[in-house]
Parts: sequence; C-alpha cells; structure tokens
Amino acid sequence: MIEVKDLKKGFGGDELVLKGISTTFEKGKTNLIIGQSGSGKTVFLKCLLGLFRPTEGRILYDGEAYSELSPENQRTLREQMGMVFQGSALFDSMTVEENIMFPLKMFTKQRKAERLERANEVIKRVNLIDANKKLPSEISGGMQKRVAIARAIVNNPKYLFCDEPNSGLDPRTATLIDNLIQEITHEYDITTIINTHDMNSVMEIGEKIVFLQKGHLAWEGSKDTIFSTENQDVTDFVYSSDLFKKVREAVIKDHQ
Amino acid sequence: MGYLKEIGLYFMMLKGVFIKPTKTSVLRNLVLKEIDDLIIGSLGIVCFISFFVGGVVAIQTALNMDNPILPKSLIGFASRQSIILEFAPTFISIIMAGKVGSFITSSIGTMRVTEQIDALEVMGINSLNYLVFPKIIAMLFYPFVIAIAMFLGILGGYTAAVFGGFATGDQFIVGLQDNFIPFQLVYAFLKTFVFALLLATIPSFFGYYMKGGALEVGKASTTSFVWTSVFIILANYVLTQLLLS
Repeated sequence: MIEVKDLKKGFGGDELVLKGISTTFEKGKTNLIIGQSGSGKTVFLKCLLGLFRPTEGRILYDGEAYSELSPENQRTLREQMGMVFQGSALFDSMTVEENIMFPLKMFTKQRKAERLERANEVIKRVNLIDANKKLPSEISGGMQKRVAIARAIVNNPKYLFCDEPNSGLDPRTATLIDNLIQEITHEYDITTIINTHDMNSVMEIGEKIVFLQKGHLAWEGSKDTIFSTENQDVTDFVYSSDLFKKVREAVIKDHQ
Repeated sequence: MGYLKEIGLYFMMLKGVFIKPTKTSVLRNLVLKEIDDLIIGSLGIVCFISFFVGGVVAIQTALNMDNPILPKSLIGFASRQSIILEFAPTFISIIMAGKVGSFITSSIGTMRVTEQIDALEVMGINSLNYLVFPKIIAMLFYPFVIAIAMFLGILGGYTAAVFGGFATGDQFIVGLQDNFIPFQLVYAFLKTFVFALLLATIPSFFGYYMKGGALEVGKASTTSFVWTSVFIILANYVLTQLLLS
C-alpha cells in the first residue's frame, strides 16, 4: 500500500505543479492516475518512484517514507519497485532474455542458470513466444511492452508503476496489455499504479481511479462510479472522447 | 553565466561517476565492451591516417628543403618531432573526438531519449557510474592507440622518404636518432592521458544531459565534437607551456 499525504512539488519557482495531494493506493488493486496533459500526472508518478523529492508532504510505502530512509534502505525499497515505461525503455544492446535478467544480475547473487530459469518463468507468464534471443528492435511494440512488464516483475516487486503502458498500441493489444497488468497485480498481490489518459483502460481495469486537475486531486473513485459522478472536470474529461460522448447520447436517448 | 553552470554541472557529473559503484562482475563486462568499442574499434582509422599523414609530413619536409647544405637526415628528424610531439597525440585526438566522441554522445543520448537512463535510475542503479565509468577505464588504454599512431606515422614517413627517393634509409634513421630527448615522449604520453579523460567525459556529459528527441541527439553529437576539440586544443596549449617551456 502507498499512502500519499499532502504532497506538494514545485521546481524552484512560485508555482507548484502538485498542490497538496492526499490519497491511498491499495495493495492488490490496479490504481489509475488520470487527467489531461499538464495536470501533473507524470510529476506525481516520478514523486511516487522517488525520482523527484517532494517539496512538502510524505509518501509512505507500507508505512515507510522513502525520503526518511537511510541510503541503504532506499536502495532496498527501490529494488522492490518495478516500472513499465511509456516507450518500454528496453536496453537495445541486450536481447529480450538479457533485458529481463538484468535486475536479477544487478541485485541478486543468483547464478546464470537460476536467472535464466526465473526469466523463462516470467517470459511464459507474459506470453512471450520465441523472442528470447531477439533484440528489442526485432520485436513488435506489443511484445516490447510484454518484455517491459516481464522485466518489471522478474524481481518480485511489491510496487509496480506503469506510465501510459498501452500508448502506441492497437486497441486489441492495448486491452491485452491492460488485462495482463491487472492479472499480474492480483496474482502477485502488488500495489500497481498506472498513469494513463486512455478511457478504455479506465473502463477495463480502473479498480481505483485518481483524477488530477491542475495539480489538485479533483476526484477519486472507481470505474463503477466515474460515469455517475457530478464532478464537472471528470465529466468533461470522460466525455471528451467521441466514442463515450456518442454512447452517452445513445443512453440518454434510450431513457427518453 | 550559462557556461559557468555547464562547467559546474560537468564537475558534478564527474563526482557522480565515482560514487555508488556498479557490481564488479557487471562492471568488468562493461569495461571490456567499451575497450572493444572505443579502442579496438578505432585502430583501423588511426592506423590508416597515421601511416599516410606520416608519409605526407616526410614528403613536405623534403620538398621544402631547398638549401643543399641541409642534410637529408633532417627529413627523419622533422618527421619524428612532428609526429611524436603533435601529430599523434593532438591530431589523432581531434579525429577521435569525431569518431569516439560522437559515438559516446549519441549512444548515451539515445538512452536518455528512450528512457533507458530513467529505467536504470528507477532500478536504483547509479546511471553515471554504469554508463560513464567504464568509458573512462577503457580510455586509459588510449595511450596504446597513440603509441601505434607514432610508430605507423614514422613508418609512413620512412616509406615515403625512401621509396619516393627523397633520402636513403640510413639518412632517415640517422635523423630519427638525432638529438632525441626522451622527456618529449613523456610529455606526449602525459598529454595523451589528459586527452583520454577529456574524450571519455565531455561527450558523456553532452549525451547524459541532453534533452529532446532524435534530432537533438544529432545536435548534441556535433556540439560534443566541437567542445571536445576546443578543450583538447586548450589543454594542449596549457600542457605544452607547463611541460616544455
């Protein structure tokens, strides 16, 4: 579980990017951060990852604040985090297998055979077929995302962060990736936080949704409550998609 | 003010390179890979350029010796001095700023653009140590490249002088041995060592701190070449003043 308490973040000027966010991301659930471009989603995610130090406020990872830990404990906490980047961020000089084994190579004392065995387990879990010896440039975008997920979970993380995990993918592959992340979250019982502005993801896997607007937490709820909210900012965001707008109009027409 | 900030950032980067080291077994493989990319991979072009420029130095010297009083051995002497003191350490280093420097900037810059550096940081790896330290260690072998450049430059000069009919082999070798000061070799290798550090760190700096996309990677490589060359020339001037005057 990750608790965020009155988080503020600025970059030197008077203006704060995050203006006092408090929320809780629960274990075993897919938590989504949504909002328009410029709402502070990426800064929020980078604060959660420990890449940005909060200007004010605290982030507690199962009760422990990252900024208050010793460097050694910070390192241990980092090893418990997995991250899926928007562009996958696979090391292009390494094969798929080497990419997945990389965190094990860096942080464990496992022998190569053990690392390979664990890598093959997660490769199987994310349904990657015949890609072990290929370079990232030789596989499709969807497969790259699967490799990124495999790399993120290979070290059994407690926290999984995903930045726009299905951007650039076709709708079918995007749904498969969303479902895979949700399955892994439930199976490994980890705290997953996904940064997205894709409404399909919201509908598929939004067990908890945090809506950011201009650095504030404007609304929080789930996929079951997002369509019934009266928060105008959320409504504007949700129905900015033509598809959802048409569905809503159709529903209204039916009721009439 | 902007330049001061950049210089400060460069020294902060150097500090970052030496803290929180990467696991030894991983580092060993990274260093070997960098030696292959930066040192072994450069030998071909260095050998080619050294041999032919050495030849040109000998021919130019011979063609500019109009006075019959001047001994033919002067061709060997002038070739040795030009190649050992300036051509091999400085001229080759500027070529390496183009070859090795732009390779370093573009490879690190591409990793920045594609979030690979962020991925390392998120995993708790000191990306500066992981990326830059192996390059610095690999470049410690750079003096070997320059030693080869010196040898081939002089060989090229000998070949051009003897087979071009400008001097006999004995005359060239007498010139090579004439008034040889061993400290000049020490000076040449000392500055080679400094240039090696500049060649490893300045391009890394431009790659690591670049912002933007693919186009900016290209721009960063060009800027890196310009500034590496500038600092090599400046360091050459300062070291020559300090060590030889």
